[in-house]
Amino acid sequence: MSLNDLVHAIIEGVLTGGVYALMAAGLSLIFGVMDIVNIAQGAMVVLAGYLSYSLSVHLGIDLFVGLLITVPAMFALGVVVEWGFMRRLREGDRTSMSILITYAVAIIIEGVLSVIYGVDYVQLQASYVNQSVHLLGFYLPYIYLMGFAMAVVLLAGLYFMLYRTKFGRGIRASLQNRTAADLIGINVNRTRMLSVGIGVAVTACGGMVFGATNAFNPGSGYDLISRLLAIVILGGMGSIGGAMAAAVLLLVLSDVVAVAWSPLWAPLVFFAALVLVLSIRPTGLFGRQAVRAQ
Amino acid sequence: MRRRRVATAGAVLAAVGVFVAFAGSSTGSAASGTVTIGASLSLSGDFATDGQAFQRGYELWAKDQNAKGGLLGKTIKLDIVSDASQPAQVTTNYNKLIGSDHDAFVLGPFSTLLTVPASKVVARYGYAFVEGAGGAPSAFGNGLTNVFDVSVPVATNLDAFARWVASLPKSERPKTAAYPTSNDPFTEPQLPPAEKIMEAAGIKTVYKTVFPAEVTDFTPIANQIAADKPDAVVLGSVDVPTVSAFIHAFIQQHYSPKFFIATAGPDQGAAFVSAVGKGNENGIFVPNGWYGGSPKADSKQMVKEYIAQYGGNASGVNADVAEAYSVGQVLTQAVNATHGFDNKKIIAYLHSKVTLNSVQGPVKFNSVGENTALQATTFQWQNATLVPTIPVGSPGTVKPIVPKPAWGS
Repeated sequence: MSLNDLVHAIIEGVLTGGVYALMAAGLSLIFGVMDIVNIAQGAMVVLAGYLSYSLSVHLGIDLFVGLLITVPAMFALGVVVEWGFMRRLREGDRTSMSILITYAVAIIIEGVLSVIYGVDYVQLQASYVNQSVHLLGFYLPYIYLMGFAMAVVLLAGLYFMLYRTKFGRGIRASLQNRTAADLIGINVNRTRMLSVGIGVAVTACGGMVFGATNAFNPGSGYDLISRLLAIVILGGMGSIGGAMAAAVLLLVLSDVVAVAWSPLWAPLVFFAALVLVLSIRPTGLFGRQAVRAQ
Repeated sequence: MRRRRVATAGAVLAAVGVFVAFAGSSTGSAASGTVTIGASLSLSGDFATDGQAFQRGYELWAKDQNAKGGLLGKTIKLDIVSDASQPAQVTTNYNKLIGSDHDAFVLGPFSTLLTVPASKVVARYGYAFVEGAGGAPSAFGNGLTNVFDVSVPVATNLDAFARWVASLPKSERPKTAAYPTSNDPFTEPQLPPAEKIMEAAGIKTVYKTVFPAEVTDFTPIANQIAADKPDAVVLGSVDVPTVSAFIHAFIQQHYSPKFFIATAGPDQGAAFVSAVGKGNENGIFVPNGWYGGSPKADSKQMVKEYIAQYGGNASGVNADVAEAYSVGQVLTQAVNATHGFDNKKIIAYLHSKVTLNSVQGPVKFNSVGENTALQATTFQWQNATLVPTIPVGSPGTVKPIVPKPAWGS
C-alpha cells in the first residue's frame, strides 16, 4: 500500500459517504419526526433507482433531470405510506411496531418491483457515470462528485428547513409534545405526513446515485438497510448533519481499512466503530437530545 | 389410571412410528398419477437472479418431460419453495420437502453456499441429491454419497484459461496479473491454481486480496488494481454487481486490462450487458460449462423453447437455466434406468460410472459426485455475443480476442 492508495481511499470514502448520506437522510428525518424506524428505507432507495431506470431507458430522460419526476413521485409515496401505515400506530409502542409495519412495506415494494422488472440486475447508465476528472493526481468519478455535492446541498436544505423555518419549528414542536403542538394550532397529522413525504423524497436522489454506482435488483435493499441504520444510529437518530458526518466517517474508515489492512476487515470495522462510539456516546455523534434542543 | 397412561404412551409411540415411517420413506410421493419433485431455490435475496433462472430451467425440463410422458408415465409436479438465499432457510426447506411433503425426489438449490447445508439434510433421509450449482470442493468433502453435481467442478474452472495465457508468445503474454476474489466457497478455490500456472509462466502477481461477499464499497480495491495497472485481472466474483463495480471503477480510473476474466457474472447474458453498459462487455472472459449458442441438439431445442416462452436471444439465456435443465435430464435417465422411484437405487446407479447426457454435455460421476466427463470451456464476449474460445481449436470455438478491446468498443 502506498501513500497514494491511502489518500485515494480517503477521498473515495468521503465521496461514497456522501452517497450513503443521501440514502440515510430520509431514514434519519422520519425517525426524528415520528419515532419510526423505517426498515423500508433500503427498498425505497431501490424503488427510486428503478424509477430513474424507467425514465432513462424508456423515455430517454437524463438521470438528474428525471429527479424532477421521481422526487415528487417519492414524496407522494411517503405521504401514502404515512397515511396508510405509520399514522395508525399507537403512540405508546410506535417505534417497536414501526419496525414490523415498515418491514411489511419493504416486502410489498420488493414484490411489486419483482413483478414489474424481474430479478435481473440493472444499473443506471449515462455518459457521466463512467467519466472522471483528473484532480490532484487522482481520477475522481463525476457521478460520485455530483452525488456528494447533491448530498451537501440537500442535507443543508433539510437542516435549514428544520431549524430555520416555521414549518421546521412545527415539526419539532409536534415531536416534543403533540398535545401542546395541537393547542397552539399546529396540525400535527399534516406536519408529520409532509415530513415523511420530504424524507422519502430525498431518498429519490439517493436511489438515483445508488443505481448509477451499483448494479441492483429488487432485493438489493436488504443489503443496504443494515448500513443505513448503522449510519443513522452513529450520527444520532434524527440528526441530518449527523447522518452526513457518520456516513463519511464510516465509509472513510472502511475504505482505509480495505486498502491498508484487508477488505475482509472493512465490514467489521464499519460496525465496530458504531459499537465503540455508542459505548462512549450512547446518543450517537449528534445525539437526539441535543438536536431537539437546537 | 396406569392403564390409561400405558394406552396413551402406546398411541403416541404408534403415531411417532407412523410419522417416522412416512418421513423416512426414500421413495416419496409417487403413488398416484403424478410424481412430485421438490427444490429449494433462491427466489429472493442475493441469488435471486440465479435462483429464478434455475426455476425456469427446472420448469422447462418438467414441461418437456411431461410432453414425453412424464417419469415412467407419471406427470411431473414441481414443488418449489424459496430459501431467500439463506443457508438456514434451505435446511428448513429440504426438511419440509422430504419430511412433510414427502416429495419423491429433491433437486439442488443454487450455489455451493446453499448446497452444502442442504446436502446434509437430504442425506439424512437417504435421498439422492442431483444438483447443478454446487461444484466447489466444499460440496464434495463431507463424506456424503448422495450428492451428484451435473456441472463442471469449479476448482479447475480457470485452469484452461490460465494454461492458454501461459502458452501465448512472450510478446502477447501478460507480464503482471491481479487476483481479487470474494470469500465465497464457489470462487475462492478457483484462483490459486490459475495463479500458480500463470506465475510458472513468468506472470508476476502484483495484487491479490480476498474480499467479503457483502462489500460496502468496491472502489478502494478496484482503484488499487488500477494503480498497479496489471496486464491481466482474474476476478473471483459470484454475481453481476461485483463484476460491474470493478468494470465501472476501472473505466473511471482510465485503466483497461489486456485480459479480464471473472468467475461468474459475465455468464448472466443480457443482465450482465445491461449492468456494465453496452460495449463494455467486449473481450471479457468467463469459464462455464454451457452457452446459449451450444450446437448440441437438445441444448438448441431447450434454447428455442426458452426464447419462445421468455423472449430474448440465445446469448441472453442464463447458463443457470442449462444447469438446472441438466439436473432434470440426469434424474430422468436414472429413473428410467432403475425403472422406479427408489432413491437408494438411483444413488447406486449414479455411482456406477455410467455416462449420461445433458444439455451441457456428458455426465459421469466420480466417487464423491463430481462430474468428471465435462470440461470447463472459457467463453468470451465478442461483438455482444458470448462465444466459446478456450480450449483454442476445440470444435465450435472461435479465436479469442487479445488484447481486450478498449471499454465501450
